[in-house]
Amino acid sequence: MPALTVNGKVHQVTVDPRTPLLWVLRDTIGLTGTKYGCGVAQCGACTVHIDGVATRSCQVPLSQVTGNKKIVTVEGLATNGVLNKVQRAWLAQDVPQCGYCQSGMIMAAVALLKDKPKPTDADIDAAMTNICRCGTYQQVRAAIHEAAKA
Amino acid sequence: MTHHRSLRPAIRNVSRRAFLAGAGAGSLVLSVGLPAWSQEKKFAAAGMPNGLREDVKLFVAIADDGTVTVVCHRSEMGQGIRTSLPLVVADELEADWAKVKVAQAPGDETRFGNQDTDGSRSMRHHFMTLRRMGAAARAMLVQAAATGWGVPADQVEAVNHELVHRASNRKIGYGAVAKAAAALPVPASVKLKDPAQFRYIGKGQIGLIDGMDITTGRAGFGIDARRDGMLYAVVARPPVYGGKVASFDAAEAMKVKGVLKVVTLDSTPPPSEFGPLGGVAVVASNTWAAIKGREALKITWDNGGNAKYSSDSYKAMLEAAVRKPGKVVRDQGNVDAAMASAARRIEAEYYVPHLAHATIEPAAAVVQIRDGACEAWACVQSPEAAKVRLFKFLGIPADKVTVNVTLLGGGFGRKSKPDFVVEAGLLSKAMNGAPVKVTWTREDDLQNSPLHTVTMQRLEAGLDASGKVVAWRHRSAFPSILSLFAPNVKLPFAIELGMGLVNLPFDIPNIRAETPEAEAHARIGWFRAVANIQHAFAIQSFVTEIAQALGKDPKDYLLELIGPPRKINPTSVGDGWNHGEDPALYPIDTGRLRGVVEAVARGANWGRTLPKGRGLGIAAHYSFVSYLAVVAEVQADDRGGISVPRIDIAIDCGPQINPERIRSQLEGAVIMGMSNAMLSEITFKDGRVVQSNFDGYEVARMDSAPREVHVHLVPATDYTLPLGGVGEPGVPPVAPALANAIAAATGKRIRQLPMRRQLAG
Repeated sequence: MPALTVNGKVHQVTVDPRTPLLWVLRDTIGLTGTKYGCGVAQCGACTVHIDGVATRSCQVPLSQVTGNKKIVTVEGLATNGVLNKVQRAWLAQDVPQCGYCQSGMIMAAVALLKDKPKPTDADIDAAMTNICRCGTYQQVRAAIHEAAKA
Repeated sequence: MTHHRSLRPAIRNVSRRAFLAGAGAGSLVLSVGLPAWSQEKKFAAAGMPNGLREDVKLFVAIADDGTVTVVCHRSEMGQGIRTSLPLVVADELEADWAKVKVAQAPGDETRFGNQDTDGSRSMRHHFMTLRRMGAAARAMLVQAAATGWGVPADQVEAVNHELVHRASNRKIGYGAVAKAAAALPVPASVKLKDPAQFRYIGKGQIGLIDGMDITTGRAGFGIDARRDGMLYAVVARPPVYGGKVASFDAAEAMKVKGVLKVVTLDSTPPPSEFGPLGGVAVVASNTWAAIKGREALKITWDNGGNAKYSSDSYKAMLEAAVRKPGKVVRDQGNVDAAMASAARRIEAEYYVPHLAHATIEPAAAVVQIRDGACEAWACVQSPEAAKVRLFKFLGIPADKVTVNVTLLGGGFGRKSKPDFVVEAGLLSKAMNGAPVKVTWTREDDLQNSPLHTVTMQRLEAGLDASGKVVAWRHRSAFPSILSLFAPNVKLPFAIELGMGLVNLPFDIPNIRAETPEAEAHARIGWFRAVANIQHAFAIQSFVTEIAQALGKDPKDYLLELIGPPRKINPTSVGDGWNHGEDPALYPIDTGRLRGVVEAVARGANWGRTLPKGRGLGIAAHYSFVSYLAVVAEVQADDRGGISVPRIDIAIDCGPQINPERIRSQLEGAVIMGMSNAMLSEITFKDGRVVQSNFDGYEVARMDSAPREVHVHLVPATDYTLPLGGVGEPGVPPVAPALANAIAAATGKRIRQLPMRRQLAG
């Protein structure tokens, strides 16, 4: 039975191996923090980390991530109960409106700061292609800059 | 105020038992609208279906440990209402915010009053009620402590979650007297706080109550609801509105691993109201299997009467319609005579296409039927509407239908229509009552959701020799929202007319507004700001066009058209609706409209010298009884492409209860207004929506959004003044301000949305 490692925990999953990771996380494992928004890698709501790389999970079949791959979702960002600095900045800036896209935004921002600890506005524009229909972009930008200082 | 021991996690719904104690359960009121016998016109919350409840024992509970739980009976969709409603109660209650929780009310308007979260009404309708309930709870705590100490109540003060008797230096926490306080009668009258003593109201320093859940992925949206044994469904709906299934073959679909059953759903013929569109549903053990099963269906559709609906030909038809007179909906002075004798005439036509709400959480709901009762978990703006339709379509008595309200991943009007909840109910019934989650894919959302209407407008102005507008004719042709509810509708109704068409607050002697006929061939719904979107775009673009034709400053000319400060009775200009508000309390105040124009001009430093390729545009609009103005700054590149470095927006919405959320709502309105203006368009071909996902239906992203949005709040310190709406009115002035800025930067006047494809680069 294929084993899937999510947030440090191993899950045995039996669904069709072509099933996108997004739906395995949400429906099979019950981690609903990772969101569906488009199913075609346009909106970024489903962004997770696969071996540290921000990835749109709606485009990744289960068969590609079983075995040794390490998957982190928004539920697994905090370590030992301590929030990631990006999550802290998000709270300090009160970024969310409805909040639905924010899991993907946060996962993309964490990966950006790993690559570029002091991102410019242009870096942020290039990396943060997630859609927020509420229009929190200005607060997202401010929170990323704040997290970069932390 | 109710006393109870158990604390409720933030996302849980109110349990019936805890809050119903002592209250009559009552039967569901099915009628929407005022009872026929009611002759007196009611306004504000009292004028809404099922009215307003002011019952501190229903809305506020204090536990032994002092935890205050405030019931939120409005849906949270990003406006922050689950924070702002409790914040008002907590302030009057003198509560420590750290000890305040929110519980979400299920759909039950008999108990909670109107719950329809729509029309920018939540705070506007409930602020004073919330204050009085908080103050009543405070008075009851004070009385309970005073009785316990054997001292007069007027010697006891409520201070930050404690009752204090200074004379004897005694203090006791809220929790310790909560039980005794809850047993007291609710005082008939209460003393409200002096606003100078507000801790939270007007401060904007309280973070979102759901902020932690959202940033850690624990927040529960409709699409996240899970039940034991839950099944997952998607539906293949008729691609053309009014269509139905002719025949289908499910053999291949049933071979997909995880697919359990294929179910046909009856179509609701137009006008379909909130009924499901019907089609063929695939029920599976997970969402992906359901999607793959649906792809394998072979369906032949009977497309019905709308199969010829195509945006190109429809636009040409609307264009012809606005070039002829339509039904006169406002007639002031003598437009024909004034137009004939005008020294100069200017005319222009403006087009706004269909728009999709495109909430990032698409419509989704879970319904389960057990022991003859039906329970739903759904992202609905109007849980009562969902409840009534579940009753109607499932035949389950309304008192056995429970609609639990989840967080909404965006609403914008889409989630006012509970068709998707009915689908989940019908599928649960088909699966012997098992919990079934229906998920709309993005393709479903764009191709089958109700849409913002499509509008052609023609504006004509007659000017005298000095350049003053003496005649104004406005024709607006668009299929009405009413077509969703009634057959053969060809004209807009009062609500749409009162959104910027008849209630034009300009100082012009001769004004006529007309509505040529337009038939609907798709589901027309309400989209954040509704008909204000098209009317503000045309009117406010036209103002700058006239100014530019005269060589005048657009801001000065806008102020000239608004004219001197005065209060216009909306009924005097043919607006009998006035957003449901009392015209005596809510006249159209042109002084306030002037005020936001001046505030935004100051904020944006209007009139400054700009670098090459830059332009500023201005627009103002009154809607949802608030006053808004926008200045957009655009940069044209060498190839004619446009970027938007900055947008300023000013609002006068009366007293500002949670300024932080007003700012965020306006920042968001700017982004949505910009998507509407520059990027988004739904088109039809042969009755079907052409766009299917965010590659075709574009919305603003980080790189195309304005780099800076500056929000200017016009302060109102008198908290007894009537409140204006906040959620919607920021959207309408954004598109015309952008069009005006583009015209200023490039000399190119764009009169059709979206604008980007008409620009080079």
